[in-house]
Amino acid sequence: MLRQIQLTKRLKIVVLLPLACLLNACGGAVLDPAGDVARQQRDIIFISTGLMLLIIVPVMILIVVFAWRYRKGGRGTYDPTFEHSASLELAIWSAPLLIIIVLGALTWSSTHLLDPFRPRPAKPGEQPLVVQVVSLDWKWLFIYPEQGIATVNELALPVNRPVRFDITSSNMMNTFYAPTLAGMIYAMPGMQSQLHAVLNRPVESEGFSANYSGAGFSDMRFTLKGMDEAEFGRWVAAARTSGSELDLPTYRRLLEPSERVPVMRFASIDADLYRRTLERCIEPGTACRSETAMHGAAGTHAPGEPQP
Amino acid sequence: MSQSTPVSPLLGRLTWESFPIHEPILLWTFIVVAVLGIGIVAVVSYYRLWGWLWREWFTSVDHKKIGIMYIILGIVMLLRGFADALMMRLQQVMAFGASQGYLDAHHYDQIFTAHGTIMIFFVAIPLIVGLVNYVMPLQIGARDVAFPFLNSLSLWLTVAGALLVMVSLFVGEFSRAGWLNYVPVANIQNSPDTGPDYYLWALQIAGVGTTLSAINMVATIIRMRAPGMTMMKMPVFTWTAFCSNVLAIAIFPALTAAFAMLLMDRYVGTDFFTNDAGGNPMMYWNLVWLWGHPEVYVLVLPVFGIYSEVTATFCGKRLFGYSSMVYATVVITILSYLVWLHHFFTMGSGASVNSFFGIATMVIAIPTGAKIFNWLFTMYRGQIRFELPMMWVVAFMLTFVVGGMTGVLLAVPPADFVLHNSLFLVAHFHNVIIGGVVFGLFAGMYYWFPKAFGFRLDPFWGKVTFWGWVIGYWVAWTPIYIVGLMGTTRRVRHFDDPELRIWFVIAGIGALIILVGILAFVIQIAVSIRNRKALRDTTGDPWGGRTLEWATASPPPFYNFAFTPVVHELDAWHDMKCHGARPPVSGFRPIHLPRNTGAGVVLAALALVLGFAMVWYIWWLAALSFAGLLAVAIGHTFNYHRDYHVAADEVARIESAARSA
Repeated sequence: MLRQIQLTKRLKIVVLLPLACLLNACGGAVLDPAGDVARQQRDIIFISTGLMLLIIVPVMILIVVFAWRYRKGGRGTYDPTFEHSASLELAIWSAPLLIIIVLGALTWSSTHLLDPFRPRPAKPGEQPLVVQVVSLDWKWLFIYPEQGIATVNELALPVNRPVRFDITSSNMMNTFYAPTLAGMIYAMPGMQSQLHAVLNRPVESEGFSANYSGAGFSDMRFTLKGMDEAEFGRWVAAARTSGSELDLPTYRRLLEPSERVPVMRFASIDADLYRRTLERCIEPGTACRSETAMHGAAGTHAPGEPQP
Repeated sequence: MSQSTPVSPLLGRLTWESFPIHEPILLWTFIVVAVLGIGIVAVVSYYRLWGWLWREWFTSVDHKKIGIMYIILGIVMLLRGFADALMMRLQQVMAFGASQGYLDAHHYDQIFTAHGTIMIFFVAIPLIVGLVNYVMPLQIGARDVAFPFLNSLSLWLTVAGALLVMVSLFVGEFSRAGWLNYVPVANIQNSPDTGPDYYLWALQIAGVGTTLSAINMVATIIRMRAPGMTMMKMPVFTWTAFCSNVLAIAIFPALTAAFAMLLMDRYVGTDFFTNDAGGNPMMYWNLVWLWGHPEVYVLVLPVFGIYSEVTATFCGKRLFGYSSMVYATVVITILSYLVWLHHFFTMGSGASVNSFFGIATMVIAIPTGAKIFNWLFTMYRGQIRFELPMMWVVAFMLTFVVGGMTGVLLAVPPADFVLHNSLFLVAHFHNVIIGGVVFGLFAGMYYWFPKAFGFRLDPFWGKVTFWGWVIGYWVAWTPIYIVGLMGTTRRVRHFDDPELRIWFVIAGIGALIILVGILAFVIQIAVSIRNRKALRDTTGDPWGGRTLEWATASPPPFYNFAFTPVVHELDAWHDMKCHGARPPVSGFRPIHLPRNTGAGVVLAALALVLGFAMVWYIWWLAALSFAGLLAVAIGHTFNYHRDYHVAADEVARIESAARSA
């Protein structure tokens, strides 16, 4: 195992250093992660690219060499009968096959290890911080159920503590994406997705939706603040003293489409908001999905709905 | 439904406000289009060409003329789609920090939607279908396609779809939901305007045309090959056209069904893809990508065929590994059905499902890689003449391998989780579509132009076109790869980070270099027509071709071949030349051909009216045009004068004229 890690490391350094330098020169969040998941994802980009360059570079060189050498009037021999060679054809099918086998193995293991639904390794007894994420038109709502607070367009996380995001949307489909933290996942109306991630160093960066969702999409951005545990405690306390409450009427005002929304903090929350958003029963009189599911066979009429 | 807009019984929801006369950009565009249109109408009228156009072109069922008209449609729409691209590039250069640029979301979102829709459905598809239409029947030694009238109908339905998209520019608005018209943005609750309706009706009409055309091509290849041409003696371009059209038949129904369900959501209040009442937007994504990914191969497979033909001809060699090339094509065809989920790894299907689709996607790289090697070893020990078509092949090979590499990278789910929907992805698919499909279409157009018109295209302006596109591509898209790796998302109208700006400026310059290439292409055609005497090819085989389309005159007589050729070998024409075959001089027989008909044009015109009426809720007109469609379609079945014979002495006269030319 150790040997394998060393090998991977060496491979990375030898093949990818030039590429990494080139890309690091441009900076950028994807290649400069602050979280473990994002770092592993970046490494996979490097390793896969390196593996493929093993075949791409020779092919590109051959294209140029053959094009030059066998040009009409060039020095290459002309043999119009050369149109089949069993050994050559074996080689041209198996060379890409080998690369794909290695890459496929890497894909299978890394896809499972970095599945967003898979909890991150935690210290014994440590529970992940839960953040409920709702994409609204066009801003982000973050509910911290344990802390009893909520924010709009600001996500604060304690470093080195695993986080579980429960993600849904009020209307449009967005992807919840903070490139320094971890890869993205869709926020979809009436459905819940999850992302497990961890931030490993203090950071102030940006998150956004990576899926076009209408007029206000371009500026649907939030700040991501990574801070140590003590600072996070102070941040929560500050939010608690902000005075406003995220109750149902406030939430319904928030549901109205708006753009370039400044950061908001809520000292207290209606604990049922996330569930009702997910089950699509925010409007009084609409039935929640878990209730209609029980009606199932009897029909889809919810108690509050007028009969036809 | 949109209760807010009043629907009048006479004009539906069409009002004076539907005409964007208060928007200067659109007003000027309209003026330019109107002036150009009036100019064309005036010229055609002045030279009294309307009758000729109608008799010889619009009503033609000749696959060659239909192919040329498809290609003209594609080139005209390319200009429109590229104008959209330039507008987006300009917006992304301007809109940083305090500046919001010159386009608001309402316009910018329509422009990127129209750009993608037009480039795929009304540029790439018509150009591919046009080339297949023109070349494939000649390559298999046939006199026309299996269903000549259906071919004409397919063309005109595609034109009707394109016209409906163009109408949306000046009457009402186009969709703002992306090139696949994604829900929930395109749901009636979020877009009660005409945009998604224009999109849906235009693509339904054009989609019927594309499906019918695919059925036609497959039937032609299966049933109408020259005697002796077994499947494994078919030219590679015909093979790839075959696989591409089989794919199209299989996938277009999925798109049509998805669009039909969305239309029902929007018109009669069903809940297939809505957020509530059991609707699910994910299902729409699933269906459109079930079409969308194989569609990539519908476009790229025939282009692989073009590269194969061009490489073999200009290397003066048989294609290396013909059977391996055929198997690779078939394998790609089958695998392309099994990968669509990689367009939404980040929807949360779970690790095993994502791995399956990721690895399936990578596996496609194996046959594609084999193809690259096959072209490479065709060049090996060849005698390469770097005429224009061959230049495009080399540019393609160098550009496409990079696009293939980034494609495989995106197929690794953990990498996709950070690059999904980023500008890296956008750069990747422009890399394969420009570097693969567009380069190949140019190679094909340059290669077969002398066949279609009897003269070559001017080489100087061809080189300007070539370098404009190739350099322009790299300058325009390398910076987009880079900003994508920096975490920039697609479809963004306004940026905060000033560091990104320089990359968009470079990309904008690249787009201008491509513009040089496009303009040079238009100039090239004009110059070549003017100098057509000097560029004339009298042999019918200017490049030393190997397949049957070069066995007849350039341009070919309307019946293609005086005698149906008999095939003994792969590369049948090369084989005939080796055996000293001569064009026939006597023994001609009458030739049976289909007669021209205007039914296709009329049906498509009615479909256009139907689409427009449905978009604007003008129910009476919709009912009327639908009834008209049925009446004309049924009426056409009573047309018994569908065919005629060209007399033997007429054939003899045409053949001797071609020989003495």
